Amino acid sequence: MPKRASDLLTLTREGLYCPLGRFHVDPTRPVERALITHGHADHARAGHGAVLATGQTLRIMATRYGEDFCARREEAPLGKRMRIGDVTVFFAPAGHVLGSAQIAIEGEGGRIVVSGDYKRASDPTCLPFEVVPCDVFITEATFGLPVFRHPDTRDEVRKLLDSVKLFPERAHIVGAYALGKAQRVMALLREEGWDRPIHLHGAMERLTALYKDEGIPLGETPKVVAADRKNLHGAIVLCPPSSIQDLWSRKFPDPVTAFASGWMRVRARARQKGVELPLVISDHSDWPDLCRTIRDTGAEEVWVTHGQEDALVHWCGTQGIRAKPLHLLGYGDDGEAEPDPASSPAMEEASS
Amino acid sequence: MNDFAALLDRLAYEPRRNAKLRLLQDFFAGTPDPERGWALAAMTGGLTFREAKPALIRGLVEERVDPVLFGLSHNYVGDLAETTALIWPGPLHQDPPPSAGEGARGAGGRGERRPRLAALDQTSPEAGFPSPDPLRGPPSPAEGGGPLPGPGHNNPPPHVPTLAEVVETLATTPKRALPQHLAGWLDALDETGRWALLKLVTGNLRVGVSARLAKTAIGALGGHEADAVEQVWHGLKPPYAELFAWVEGRGERPESLNPAPFRPPMLSHPIEEEADLDKLDAEAFSAEWKWDGIRVQLAGGRDSHGSQVRKVYSRTGEDITHAFPDLAEAITFDGAIDGELLILRERRVQSFNVLQQRLNRKAVTGKLLEDFPAHVRAYDLLAADGEDLRTLPFAERRARLEALVTHLDHARIDLSPVVPFATWPDLAAARADPASVGAGADADAIEGVMLKRRDSPYLPGRPKGPWWKWKREPHIVDAVMMYAQRGHGKRSSFYSDYTFGCWRAGEAGDELVPVGKAYHGFTDAELQKLDRYVRNNTVKRFGPVREVTHGREAGLVLEIAFEGVQRSTRHKSGVALRFPRVSRIRWDKPPAEADRIDVLERILARGEKEIAPGATMEGSE
Repeated sequence: MPKRASDLLTLTREGLYCPLGRFHVDPTRPVERALITHGHADHARAGHGAVLATGQTLRIMATRYGEDFCARREEAPLGKRMRIGDVTVFFAPAGHVLGSAQIAIEGEGGRIVVSGDYKRASDPTCLPFEVVPCDVFITEATFGLPVFRHPDTRDEVRKLLDSVKLFPERAHIVGAYALGKAQRVMALLREEGWDRPIHLHGAMERLTALYKDEGIPLGETPKVVAADRKNLHGAIVLCPPSSIQDLWSRKFPDPVTAFASGWMRVRARARQKGVELPLVISDHSDWPDLCRTIRDTGAEEVWVTHGQEDALVHWCGTQGIRAKPLHLLGYGDDGEAEPDPASSPAMEEASS
Repeated sequence: MNDFAALLDRLAYEPRRNAKLRLLQDFFAGTPDPERGWALAAMTGGLTFREAKPALIRGLVEERVDPVLFGLSHNYVGDLAETTALIWPGPLHQDPPPSAGEGARGAGGRGERRPRLAALDQTSPEAGFPSPDPLRGPPSPAEGGGPLPGPGHNNPPPHVPTLAEVVETLATTPKRALPQHLAGWLDALDETGRWALLKLVTGNLRVGVSARLAKTAIGALGGHEADAVEQVWHGLKPPYAELFAWVEGRGERPESLNPAPFRPPMLSHPIEEEADLDKLDAEAFSAEWKWDGIRVQLAGGRDSHGSQVRKVYSRTGEDITHAFPDLAEAITFDGAIDGELLILRERRVQSFNVLQQRLNRKAVTGKLLEDFPAHVRAYDLLAADGEDLRTLPFAERRARLEALVTHLDHARIDLSPVVPFATWPDLAAARADPASVGAGADADAIEGVMLKRRDSPYLPGRPKGPWWKWKREPHIVDAVMMYAQRGHGKRSSFYSDYTFGCWRAGEAGDELVPVGKAYHGFTDAELQKLDRYVRNNTVKRFGPVREVTHGREAGLVLEIAFEGVQRSTRHKSGVALRFPRVSRIRWDKPPAEADRIDVLERILARGEKEIAPGATMEGSE
């Protein structure tokens, strides 16, 4: 199998490419045929010919880019085996955000799984990750260092609720990526008993409505009206990360700045963003889960797409698993830098 | 220890001074002696114990975690204490004792404040409350975060140390026993506790609280000003029981026992551009040269036995007397002189480069004293003969200082000369060419001018208005970015440290040779662009370092501002820049047009006028 792996999947300027099936996976530039793992902007771009993805991912893309985001949409039901060219592919849940999937590619007697971004921790807003045994596993490594051990999200959400209790006169502004993280935080708040409205920045409205349409209860989520900001004492307000430091958030009563992200595990990262209340909530796998998943797949070879690939490649070596970094540009902006506020807000999901 | 750690954690994220003050006051009011006193000592730099060396901590971690993974993590996080705190396998994988009260979790009650510990308990599912992910087993040691073969079910929970225990143990523990204590504490503490402990034991406790702020909080407990605390401070020892007794009204005001106390220095604000001066009245100010040395305070007085106490303090109040016996010997007076420490040879001020050779020595040998004679150029008098002069106007203090220095008549202490000027343009001319207004051969050791309001009292801290520093224009060179490395602290994980080079003739035509490294001078927004540039233009990776595209056609030109050039044996180019920083990013400039190294060689030739140690007026060298 490894000898033939490059027939199944190789790296081109556009990203991962399957020569036998003549399609790309999560290409970073427009291509004829794209298989998309999930709706985050660094993986799902507009302008492809045909797009094959889960129904939810297709609807997310249509919500973000407009109904004409590609020439032809094809829905991939989870688990359904589909013949494309000389290979067979199927999608399996990745547990990252609503609609996110791993893509398994079979041919030449072997199987490669492109996991996209994934997590193993529970998430009330999407299906849990399913292990797909394979020969070659392609993994992300956004949090691929042993310092990243994500805590229980319930305790992080309680930190926020405790702070609201302590400062009932102050608005709590929570930065969260508009697709996935924001809705997960809303659902977690509901689980912890927060039944008051969760106020939303305008940039989160449409995707949140889509989540509700998909049957995920998020409660009352009014959009923030500019003139009312000064009255939102003790409110929880969700906004894109780039808004937590702008003037927009300064108009709330004595705001407490919170940010929900796996990066908040590292103090310096929280301080770099001027965050007073870091909430360690991530939609990516932490270090133990990256290691566990690689072992669970039984893969004899691992390719690392983006993030902290050095450490994960090294760890694979200690486990007798062949591994190589792909140094894919354009995903997660190397998974490290805080996104440039000047770039499109959608790009910010990259480093959640 | 956990309360102290929680305080530090909150302080670390709190930007507002008043909120910090409130946190400190709450802590001091609600924490018993001696715990709060040790905390105060920790925050004011008052602890003396054998600090744990970074190598020791690294060693402890590497016994538990794959060194390669630890190295990569440290490189990413940018802080040894934090990396260790995050990666330490910790006690969390040990089985909690049955019915440890965790059942209360389901009811939403949390008796204890241990969020991070509890947060990670998902690795050990509790009865009656399913773990969110039952598949999640404990990681193996090879994953870096896993447990060692550890104690069994019947072991008692590890003992969480108090701060007092930690400090007292550190003070009395022989060096070889230190690792074992440290490891035990790290096992017992949660992530925040580990972080605080490691910051403490490595002597790196910077959490945005100045000694001054801590003293303000202490004073506030009893309605006193920070200055009142400052006055009694130097006679006190940790854990400051009598200080707390006094501010809480339970005891007498402590008598200062130190006849030569440190007095916090007065600092200046920079004049950014000449136009700033238009807002100031030239007649109200007196000017002096700004010397390129280090700020010190010489304090003297008689103790209760009548013998002379001599102290040399750094600007932060550190007692550095032991390193400067030659200066201490000159402290024959009762009072405190504020001045600049300089190396003088043949009465000529030597460059900072020379001063550094004296500063960086561990042992103070006779040869060192002879080759690098320390002097103080005095510019203020804070106290004399038991009288506090700080409330007097600068002009009066200056007159007292002149009288004292004349009276002392000691070769080690001279007066900082006043620079005469009538108008701001006069002063601008003097700053541009100090030699023309009497600085003579010392002109190269001058880094600008200081302005002091004649009527200003001596105010500790950095009050805005009375004192200004107006630094000389920096040198400028256009260089090409060659390598980038991730930063530390606030900039950790951004590529924020840039090695840059200038052109020189090489064997195969012109080549770039590194001349220095800069890691500030740009805004956060510019840093993001630079970071992006580095990531998109990486040609090679060497661990934490990335080589970026650099050639005649492609590359990024950085305009570098710097204060001077020194010879260097560490750089291939043979030169090193002083205080280099990025003054502009020249996105527009082709790298082929960056400067050649000759520009730096010329500046170096100008500054290389230092006198060899032991040289005489006749110039035997």
